[in-house]
Amino acid sequence: MTTTVPPAERAAAGPPSLRRSALTPRRRITNRVAMVLITLALVISVVPLAWVTISVLARGFQIMSWEFITEDIPNSYRRVGPGMAPAIVGTFLITGMAALLAVPLGVFGAIYLNEYGKQKPLAQLIRTMADVMTGVPSIVMGLFIYTVVVVTTGQQTGFAGALALACLMLPIVIRSSEEILRLVPDELRQASLALGARQWRTILTVVLPAAISGIASGALLAIARAAGETAPLLFTCSIFNPAVSTDVTHSLPNLPVLIFTYSEQPDEALHQQAWGAALVLMLFVLVSSLLAKALLARSRRKLGR
Amino acid sequence: MTTQTTQEKDAPPPITGKSGGVRTERLFSWWTLATGLLVLAILALILITTTKQAWPAFQEMGLRFITSSTWDPNPASGDPVFGALAFIYGTVVSSLIALLIGVPISIGIALFLTELAPRRLRATAVLIVDMLAAIPSVVFGLWGVLVLAPLLVHVYRWISDLFAPVPGLSSLFGEPVGTGRSFMTAGIILAIMIIPIVTSISREVLSTVPQANKDAAFALGATQWEMITGAVFPHSFGGLVGAVMLGLGRAMGETIAVSLVIGGATSITPNLFAGGNSMAAVIVQQFGESTGTFTAALIGLGVVLFAITVLVNLSARLFVRRAEIRVRGAAT
Repeated sequence: MTTTVPPAERAAAGPPSLRRSALTPRRRITNRVAMVLITLALVISVVPLAWVTISVLARGFQIMSWEFITEDIPNSYRRVGPGMAPAIVGTFLITGMAALLAVPLGVFGAIYLNEYGKQKPLAQLIRTMADVMTGVPSIVMGLFIYTVVVVTTGQQTGFAGALALACLMLPIVIRSSEEILRLVPDELRQASLALGARQWRTILTVVLPAAISGIASGALLAIARAAGETAPLLFTCSIFNPAVSTDVTHSLPNLPVLIFTYSEQPDEALHQQAWGAALVLMLFVLVSSLLAKALLARSRRKLGR
Repeated sequence: MTTQTTQEKDAPPPITGKSGGVRTERLFSWWTLATGLLVLAILALILITTTKQAWPAFQEMGLRFITSSTWDPNPASGDPVFGALAFIYGTVVSSLIALLIGVPISIGIALFLTELAPRRLRATAVLIVDMLAAIPSVVFGLWGVLVLAPLLVHVYRWISDLFAPVPGLSSLFGEPVGTGRSFMTAGIILAIMIIPIVTSISREVLSTVPQANKDAAFALGATQWEMITGAVFPHSFGGLVGAVMLGLGRAMGETIAVSLVIGGATSITPNLFAGGNSMAAVIVQQFGESTGTFTAALIGLGVVLFAITVLVNLSARLFVRRAEIRVRGAAT
């Protein structure tokens, strides 16, 4: 407290000045420096974002062409050239299948938490564990599905990959759907119940339709997160033929695993392929997460919060 | 309205009748409960099945699995040895570097968003953080190994030369590995990757500080920074700790990017510019060529990783929740 001044002296000097210039230089400079550092933090975070994006755009566009999206992957390492179609199809298939598994289950889980469980200890436990599950490393999910599915069936399959991704998506869907269900006004539920509808009917025909775009947003967010995941697929869906295939009982080519294996190789042509694949993957993930954001904003507006 | 006229006057329609929907109602609520329990079931199954699969390695190594630093899956003679200490060390070191770099930046962004940013800039800043979160881990890895690491070698060499005469720092910032793939590079990539989660949780925590507390600090003549240290930080400390721990959990479990940039050496060295390995990265790198006990040992690493991250996440959530409860208590 350096500013303590004996009362008599203060009275003589008149009321203390409230101007910024009245601050001691030390306090003024500390404040200035701190504010600059705080603003700098944001600037620093832009650097890697811009750098990664520009790298991917610049190098990815060199190889990007119609052929790159529609041709098979060159199966000779020496052949320079386009071809990523099998991996694109595979990524869509695996992620789509994972979403079909995880989204309905996750939404029902959220319904339990918000409509039935509420503040019961069991619901609280599930809520906490769902949060913890979002923090479980994706590689552990891969090992889990490996031990349960791949070891049992004896081979890697597209379905096993989808299961691993579904495990990752489930807690995200549960938590984001619950957030939205909580925003649905209670008056809607009461009105429906007062008309004699049972709770399940109220939930399916009143609550869910009101929350649908928010739920879709959570699902898209989970898809975006899962589509870019590599580790869960490495043990469940990584040995494949470089040709377009939709047979989920066999391993499917997919973008993340290809980017990973190619970036480990010393070959320049493979790096090119990896950058191109990264561009496709990033576009897919970015579009889905921006769409998710837009849907969430819409849903919040609609629910009036 | 035809039903009204046909109905007998002294028999009002039953409201709580047994007809229609009781069974559906029960089935429906059981079904939602079952899907909720799925979360618990999956977590339990992860622990059980992976531990079972890893059991041969645990049995063979005992506690030495995490205390020995010898990792020799294919020895010239004798039994293979699986001591994961070097990988645990790599995980801890790279995550600590990530926290040291990432946390100040994240809290800085969170402060900027809650205290400084004009409304228009705020949306842009949030978008930046969201986009950073949307970049897949493997893309960070690709960028790290092909763009960042080769550039960082020069920086490392410069720092290493600079600190060569200083006793303590010279071992910390020693001779850099030629490819640039090192603990430090892994830490930097991890720092970038944890910024989104630490920022968003910190922001949530910081936004719970009551405006009255801030106004009070200003009324006492505090500068903006004094307001932050005097009113905002004390109020949100617990929640911020939780945010940092969530970042730690994320950093320790991150696999693909780390595996590409950490170098892949089994060594415990204080030199941050040397190559090493982390638990998650080792699993990815060696799983393909492993059989028998070796595979079991790698899955065992996964079990250890699972246990650590669950503990870290659980305590982080408790911190955040306790902070939230305290705020709610103060508000009522």
